[in-house]
Amino acid sequence: MIRKTSLGVASVLALVAGTSASADAHSATLTIATVNNGDMIRMQGYTDQFTEQTGIAVEWVTLEENVLRQRVTTDITTKGGQFDIMTIGMYETPIWGANDWLVPLDDLSAEYDVDDILPAMRNGLSHDGTLYAAPFYGESSMVMYRTDLMEAAGLEMPTDPSWQFIREAAAAMDDPANDINGICLRGKAGWGEGGAFITVTGNSFGARWFDEDWNAQFDQPEWAEALNFYVNLMNDYGPEGYATNGFNENLSLFNQGKCGMWIDATVAASFVTGDDSTVADSVGFALAPNNEGVEKRANWLWAWALAIPAGTQQEAEAKQFIEWATSKDYIALVAANEGWANVPPGARTSLYETPEYQEVPFAQMTLDSINAADPNNPTVDPVPYVGIQFVAIPEFAGMATEVSQEFSAAYAGQQTVEEALEKAQAITNEVMEAAGYQ
Amino acid sequence: MARAVTPRRKLINTGAAWAVGLLIFFPILWTILTSFKSEAQAIASPPILFNFDWTLENYGVVMERSNYARFLWNSIIIAGGSTILGLIVAVPAAWSMAFVPSRRTKDILLWMLSTKMLPAVGVLYPIYLLFIQMGLLDSRAGLVIVMMLINLPIIIWMLYTYFREIPVEILEAARMDGATLREEVLYILTPMAIPGIASTMLLNFILAWNEAFWTLNLTAVDAAPLTAFIASYSSPEGLFFAKLSAASTMAIAPILILGWFSQKQLVRGLTFGAVK
Repeated sequence: MIRKTSLGVASVLALVAGTSASADAHSATLTIATVNNGDMIRMQGYTDQFTEQTGIAVEWVTLEENVLRQRVTTDITTKGGQFDIMTIGMYETPIWGANDWLVPLDDLSAEYDVDDILPAMRNGLSHDGTLYAAPFYGESSMVMYRTDLMEAAGLEMPTDPSWQFIREAAAAMDDPANDINGICLRGKAGWGEGGAFITVTGNSFGARWFDEDWNAQFDQPEWAEALNFYVNLMNDYGPEGYATNGFNENLSLFNQGKCGMWIDATVAASFVTGDDSTVADSVGFALAPNNEGVEKRANWLWAWALAIPAGTQQEAEAKQFIEWATSKDYIALVAANEGWANVPPGARTSLYETPEYQEVPFAQMTLDSINAADPNNPTVDPVPYVGIQFVAIPEFAGMATEVSQEFSAAYAGQQTVEEALEKAQAITNEVMEAAGYQ
Repeated sequence: MARAVTPRRKLINTGAAWAVGLLIFFPILWTILTSFKSEAQAIASPPILFNFDWTLENYGVVMERSNYARFLWNSIIIAGGSTILGLIVAVPAAWSMAFVPSRRTKDILLWMLSTKMLPAVGVLYPIYLLFIQMGLLDSRAGLVIVMMLINLPIIIWMLYTYFREIPVEILEAARMDGATLREEVLYILTPMAIPGIASTMLLNFILAWNEAFWTLNLTAVDAAPLTAFIASYSSPEGLFFAKLSAASTMAIAPILILGWFSQKQLVRGLTFGAVK
């Protein structure tokens, strides 16, 4: 009986294994893990051209951002070797580079022109001056506002508004009778969602996550001022249920004409001025705001970049692909086929020197926003960490998600701002102590 | 004596059953409807139920971008393979627990079920490392084994319940007639438990089809099933709900059709032994 059962098990597995894919026709095949967004999907469409030029085939594993992050982190920490190229962000790159988990990109060809990469992006994707990931596109955050509503309110948006002006404008544009909210901002829990937004808002009020000895700073008056300002602004002029709104929810509201202003990622500019937007013709842009008298603005810095995990068997081919996908020629290819508004933004200086691209309405403000962000000096007071909307240490993702959950509970009215800050202080100090920072 | 059901009561019961059924089915209906909308209509507020310009564009985009057949084939192999493998292991196990119980049988059954209470992510790294060592990453064989092991407690529990309903005297009579153990299980027990085995198979197939933690974390290209297909259309930065709905509809359609045609069998099997 046992022998027969074992035979049955072996037969099923043999049958399943027998259905495996046939041998690949190409000499080399790169497996690339990437995130699902418009620019990445567009690149997949042009991959055939790369294969024609080089004979290297490409297999894509496209995943939602959070799934991708978990998937590639598991693979690289266990040296699983499932991917030849990984799409990672500014948070992971310096940490993984420091651990020697990534292949340094220090021998890219002269034609690639590595010096053309925007300095802010290059710094954010390097560790000890060595580039570990090539930016495919980069973003900061900025104010997107309705020019028609602003005009009707008799106000003019400065290029560098303060939070005080943003509040004044939100009050003027707020029109509940016509279903228009003065302002839409992220409130959703998650370190990359509402957590990112409130961190940069804190920066613009002079707050910081840690002092130079890694002590949490949520008990300082700057955080109380920032969080109270945000909660009051959103309670007075924000949409109902803003505590659960993230990028997509706000994009949907803005595109339907239900927001006077929206402060979020610069990549949103192409969406709010695109075909699916009902307000595409009346959108203006400005730098992310600051509290009056504070030099730091509430703008972040992020890049989706291509990196090669150490240990891949196809390092040379992977570098070839990265050079192709993040090159000036690729940008020209997309521009020629789909227009300049659709090229991946925020990665190269030369793009912003191109006269055709300078005519894209949000191009200059995107560049200015990126240049206004300094991941090495993100806050008014000195900090021991790198990163603007995040702290580039491995413990941050879990800790910041918990903190942002407490903040979201305050947005939803389930607790006071003071209670949320007290809990944030306790959570953060506990994690840092356990991790040996304090 | 059974109470007579008045027409009025019957009408109320039928109406209530339809209302609950529609409520449960509504998210699926909404997904299907959204898949035929444009991206702008998909996020319209107030939502549009039927009065929109029906389009097949999303399905066209999804078919062009993804190799649907490969994902579908992987789902069939993983769900089907793990179901068959599970039965091969579970039928003898359930037989021994139902007909030759020991003092510890109840404890073993409870312990098996308790393994389902462990969060999957807690064993992600050990399993991932094992898969690397055994060369099973991104392989259908590896996924079949994992799916089988995950669902094995449920299969054994269900089969054990069905087998307990079968009078042991019939098996004893077969033994007296000279049936070997294999013949007893294959020719006496299995035919009598067919409804139970069929519903166990169906439920296990559905569970394996829908599983989205291990199938996402242990696959990349070759073994990625339809759960990975759906995940490739979800995006926190960009409104692609219509395309995501089209991908979801394509992923659930086969299992929905299977469930539709076998619902009588499934309900019969799931309620088997419920009333004594």
